[in-house]
Amino acid sequence: MFVLDTLIHRLKRGCETMPYPQGPAPALPDRHGGALRVDAARCADGCQACIPVCPTQAIARKPGGPVALDLGRCLFCAECIEACPTQAITQTGDHRMAVRRREDLLLGAPGQEELRLAVALDGKLRKLFGRSLRLRQVSAGGCNACEADTNVLGTIGWDLGRFGIQFVASPRHADGLLITGPVTKGMELALRKTWEAVPAPKLVIAVGACAISGGPFVDHAEANNGAEGIVPVDLFIPGCPPHPLTILDGLLRLLDRLENSDKAV
Amino acid sequence: MSAETPFALLANATSLPWADIPEWPAAELVRTTAKELDRGARLCAWFGVPEGGAVRLVALLAYDADNTLAVGRSTPCTGGYPALTVTHTQAHMFEREVWEQHGLTPEGHPWLKPVRRTDGLAPANGEFFRVEGPEVHEVAVGPVHAGIIEPGHFRFQCAGEEVLHLEIALGYQHRGVETALAGGPHRATMSQMETVSGDTTIAHATAHATVLEALAGGEAPLRAQWLRAIALELERLANHTGDLGALANDVAFLPTSAACGKIRGDFLNLTAMLCGNRFGRGLVRPGGCRQELDEARARTLLERLIVALADTEQAATWLWDAASVRGRFENVGTVFPAQATEIGLVGLAARACGLVRDVRYDHPAGWHRFAQVPVVVWPGGDVFARARVRSLEIQRSGDFLREQLAGPVEGELHADPGAPAPETLAVALVEGWRGEVCHVALTDAAGRFRRYKIVDPSFHNWTGLALALRGTAISDFPICNKSFNLSYCGFDL
Repeated sequence: MFVLDTLIHRLKRGCETMPYPQGPAPALPDRHGGALRVDAARCADGCQACIPVCPTQAIARKPGGPVALDLGRCLFCAECIEACPTQAITQTGDHRMAVRRREDLLLGAPGQEELRLAVALDGKLRKLFGRSLRLRQVSAGGCNACEADTNVLGTIGWDLGRFGIQFVASPRHADGLLITGPVTKGMELALRKTWEAVPAPKLVIAVGACAISGGPFVDHAEANNGAEGIVPVDLFIPGCPPHPLTILDGLLRLLDRLENSDKAV
Repeated sequence: MSAETPFALLANATSLPWADIPEWPAAELVRTTAKELDRGARLCAWFGVPEGGAVRLVALLAYDADNTLAVGRSTPCTGGYPALTVTHTQAHMFEREVWEQHGLTPEGHPWLKPVRRTDGLAPANGEFFRVEGPEVHEVAVGPVHAGIIEPGHFRFQCAGEEVLHLEIALGYQHRGVETALAGGPHRATMSQMETVSGDTTIAHATAHATVLEALAGGEAPLRAQWLRAIALELERLANHTGDLGALANDVAFLPTSAACGKIRGDFLNLTAMLCGNRFGRGLVRPGGCRQELDEARARTLLERLIVALADTEQAATWLWDAASVRGRFENVGTVFPAQATEIGLVGLAARACGLVRDVRYDHPAGWHRFAQVPVVVWPGGDVFARARVRSLEIQRSGDFLREQLAGPVEGELHADPGAPAPETLAVALVEGWRGEVCHVALTDAAGRFRRYKIVDPSFHNWTGLALALRGTAISDFPICNKSFNLSYCGFDL
């Protein structure tokens, strides 16, 4: 009798939704490592060890200059951390990674060792979207991992609906887009049309290395290097894919819904 | 049977010199391949290799009952050749692909149109098949869908509720994966292999690593093969559980839907225990694996696995106990066994038609030579069968993992795979959770990739979904689609 079974099961399990953001955030997997930090001052003179191991060429170093790491391209594979002889690149263990401006993901310059966390929407937009945000998701060359870890926010453990955030079936019903994938040429027209169909004012959120920079497919003729050249982007959430907690943090940060939790410092 | 084949034989995860592969004029290759397919072989891959201004065709066959693969090729050919599709439907998408990639026309092909090529800012879909008649109407869905899923276009020809014909047009996800592999492997190659189809990271990464190891004439250390096998089953568990939940959701059976959505995440977190990434990125590398699974970690993994498996079992029991669910799953979206054979269906969709098709069993490579997973087969070919196969495979994968985690393999986790041999062809098949993942690599004189062919199981199986919809109510499209849950980007490459 599944009816009785499911009722007993529910009674036994109680509420399975996590207390976050009122309570503590769930722990990232211990091998995840979180965001990266670049202390370029620690780089040995002329050292290039991290540059060739990066699959997406996210790291560069001009002769005599500091090492520069683009977290928007980063797949968080940690190859550079293993290659670095002086611990100039380290993991912070921090799940918070969403930024408002693309350049806030560039690490390495003095004072920019870590990413610059997103600030919330202000004034009218926060009033409009702060307690009710409807998003249309567009996968534009996404491999189904960013999509899956966005989808997971709808499950009982995360319960995105409790924040008034919902994914809707039509751009006409939406307040914005959540884009995954590098924006393939094959999806460019569909993305433009979807964006145009969303009534203004509207938001665009780019999730994952592909949507931010092209990720592993950067500079492919068949794709764009992310969403930014096609539509204006308001929030960048890096990762390959970003952990669901990182995506949720980004959404809540944007809507200024983290009042009792860890705000941008 | 296979001993008499004129093709060159090779086992899964091995290589052979390009020069040793027998060659015929294209028309003769088509005839020879047709003969082998009639004798029970299956077409794993059919692709072109440019040579000078011409193209060689390559046929990769699987003799599942004989546990062997076979390969043959044509002499360089231009213009056209008599289509294999005319007699063997399973070649139809491959021949469209060859035409699109190399301009070689399969003469007599009944539906020659683009596969994934982009024309301007959208795929070159071509003309759709139309059913004419005053009562017939057309329904167009996509590319952007109502949920959080990948893009594709579905064109239905309907008479009232009944679907007479469904044509599926893809290509929206085309990222140029195969083109980028030429001259490789490159720095980004491994990451691209891990994202060919993001929910199948382990299977595609393992196939790619295996191809590179086979090209160098070796294999990864056994401990790495063991760990890859564990990660592969974790991937299967996560996806099968998610699919059961999604199927339950589509028939409004919320207890299983809610439970499976969460448990799927639990399985992904077990993969993240291995390597930090919920999809297994960064774990598999040519020559082995990157992260150790030490004893304490393996013990925790096993404990958490047992809990997740018990939760899944309970959620699945609710599903199978509910007459309302069975009523919605049974006799919906049926693919008949003869159709499945004809179109070359693979993986769980094939097994749900009663076909015994499982690379782990038919063409064991890596750790599957030493540890077997029983093949799950269910007759019926309907949504019920595809859900049932998933449910049973969850049990089998669970048993396999319990056994493997209890008896770890000693040794190194990584060894330098060595340099790929020049002018050599290597093949790796891996049974991903959807089915057969096939990677074929051909090296040039310097040992770099001259041609790299990827066949995701979805490449074979999208046709199965189209057939499943025939005669079905259009309102059943969502459960039919979920019951296959095919990859768009794996197809589009």
